[in-house]
Amino acid sequence: MSSGTLYDKVWDLHRVADLPGGATQLFIGLHLIHEVTSPQAFAALDDKGLPVRCPERTVATVDHIVPTISQERPFADPLAEEMLSTLERNCARHGITLNGLGSGRQGIVHVIAPELGLTQPGMTVACGDSHTSTHGAFGAIAFGIGTSQVRDVLASQSLAMNKLKVRRIWVENHLTDGVFAKDLILHVIRTLGVKAGVGYAYEFAGPAIEVLSMEERMTLCNMAIEGGARCGYVNPDQITFDYLKGRAEAPSAEIWERAVAWWSSLASNADASFDDEVCFDAAAIAPTVTWGITPGQGIGVDERVPISEQLDPADRPIAEEAYRYMDLAPGQPIAGVPVDVCFIGSCTNGRLSDLQAAAAVARGRHVADGIKAFVVPGSEQVARAAIKEGLDQIFRDAGFEWREPGCSMCLAMNPDRLEGSQISASSSNRNFKGRQGSASGRTLLMSPAMVAAAAIAGRVSDVRQLS
Amino acid sequence: MTETIAFPQGPIGRVSGRGLVLRGDDIDTDRIIPARFLKCVSFEALGEQAFADDRKELAGAHPFDQEVHQGASVLVVNDNFGCGSSREHAPQALMRWGIRAVVGVSYAEIFHGNCLALGIPCATATADQIRALQDAVEADPAAEWTLDLQALTFSDGTTSQDIALAAGALDMLRTGQWDATGQLVARDAELTRTMQALPYLHGF
Repeated sequence: MSSGTLYDKVWDLHRVADLPGGATQLFIGLHLIHEVTSPQAFAALDDKGLPVRCPERTVATVDHIVPTISQERPFADPLAEEMLSTLERNCARHGITLNGLGSGRQGIVHVIAPELGLTQPGMTVACGDSHTSTHGAFGAIAFGIGTSQVRDVLASQSLAMNKLKVRRIWVENHLTDGVFAKDLILHVIRTLGVKAGVGYAYEFAGPAIEVLSMEERMTLCNMAIEGGARCGYVNPDQITFDYLKGRAEAPSAEIWERAVAWWSSLASNADASFDDEVCFDAAAIAPTVTWGITPGQGIGVDERVPISEQLDPADRPIAEEAYRYMDLAPGQPIAGVPVDVCFIGSCTNGRLSDLQAAAAVARGRHVADGIKAFVVPGSEQVARAAIKEGLDQIFRDAGFEWREPGCSMCLAMNPDRLEGSQISASSSNRNFKGRQGSASGRTLLMSPAMVAAAAIAGRVSDVRQLS
Repeated sequence: MTETIAFPQGPIGRVSGRGLVLRGDDIDTDRIIPARFLKCVSFEALGEQAFADDRKELAGAHPFDQEVHQGASVLVVNDNFGCGSSREHAPQALMRWGIRAVVGVSYAEIFHGNCLALGIPCATATADQIRALQDAVEADPAAEWTLDLQALTFSDGTTSQDIALAAGALDMLRTGQWDATGQLVARDAELTRTMQALPYLHGF
């Protein structure tokens, strides 16, 4: 059993009661909601005749269903319009802050809460969205929940939870040029598998993690869930504090030192014990690309699609399914695979540094003929900052479309989607069958810089080879 | 959906019904219910949409479309079932199609919790046991199976396998306390005490 870890400390601080049957009632410090997984929760609350326990600890935004070309109301899609107006009504009725379109604070829920300073070390964070693990980058215990649990948090500001085990993922050395946090997490998932994290929280630590920016840490923790771990986290440090200082909802100057002292005390102790520990070498990781239909089916850009016989027997059936679905041959090099659509954005890689990395590749180059390439900033704040730096113009000059903030094609609950069996280079997080809006659409996950390189070349390319 | 049976309520000691096999590891919730069907403010219509894209691809050959499986209520799956998105729409779609229990090798964490919140037991057994169960269920789709949460068995009277459930989930299902809201709301005094002790709620 783990002890002395950040996870243990935060868990203990938020423990309300032990419930019959062994679950723990856990206080939720920050509850984030959006239009897709909350309407039925509010309806259930009404059915039970319950009020919202702590409306000031729930924050809403709209992201999944918003169009990224024109965000004028009413939306062209009446179902999307109904979902947003339902969220607006629910928030107004219960006194919940909604960071709506045009507020200057709207965006993907996992982009806006950190950038507003809402997500802070030592909190428990819950949201009806599996990528809530993102907020663990701050040393928070953050996890996705279903709609019944959204109802529970609204009703009681708490959840019935079972404590997880803690696996430390220790990463030695540093990532090399052209290799990003996205490559690191795809490499971790490729190595450990998509279900290794079930029952675990992942603590990311070691020299490679310590030098990552907050945005890179968010990318890393965001995809912990793709490795099966409901939450992933990084211990808070000076990089965390520097990121938070001065943000709208972060502690004010008068209480700042006390906040930092408390946050610092939560980091895993030097002698903490973990349920499991694995070690990686950051310097050995190449830009990584998925070739299959699970995020664990990834390979270095210089590698070939694995041959069935090379794989663990248990992984062969899904590899066979992936060859068929992706129309890729075993043994085929992944570099050079032609793409149709290039998508830069999502809660994984839709932040300013992601757009900067992609723009550095796009600058002075042009998207290949016949390729649809588009950039979707993760939030209104990201869009403003990018425009201020002229990134929108760099992308437009290079032949990319510049869009309005939202989840976009990551899950295609809006007009952005693949058509037929189109194949996309995508900076998002899931390559599941049908994920990007077409039942036969195909997704290759990679870093934003690699997506930009794919857009320029029209095929999967090693971004390190672009001078 | 050939018949409508009541949604789970109260203590759940056993679930009986015909079995239905869905083979494959890592079946994600995007496959169980594609994202376009999440554009709704109620769960009501989801039953018809369960596995919509997989069913279309298989043009009638998907287990959820086969006549012989209509009315089945126990789904027998493999490893890491329900991975990916946290959408409760996935177990809601299965429940509204008619599923009342799942038996498999393992489940993704959030999916498992979502099922529990609906009163749908997710029982586990070893990969070998599941293979044997899947063969047995497929061999006689008309057989009536019982998932017994007291004896911890899954049986059709001929074939029987021991199954397991997470201890907390098992207790909540047996006692009918799987709908957690009431318990959580009841402990408001303890909640207030926890909040009073948390530095970030009081200016550190």
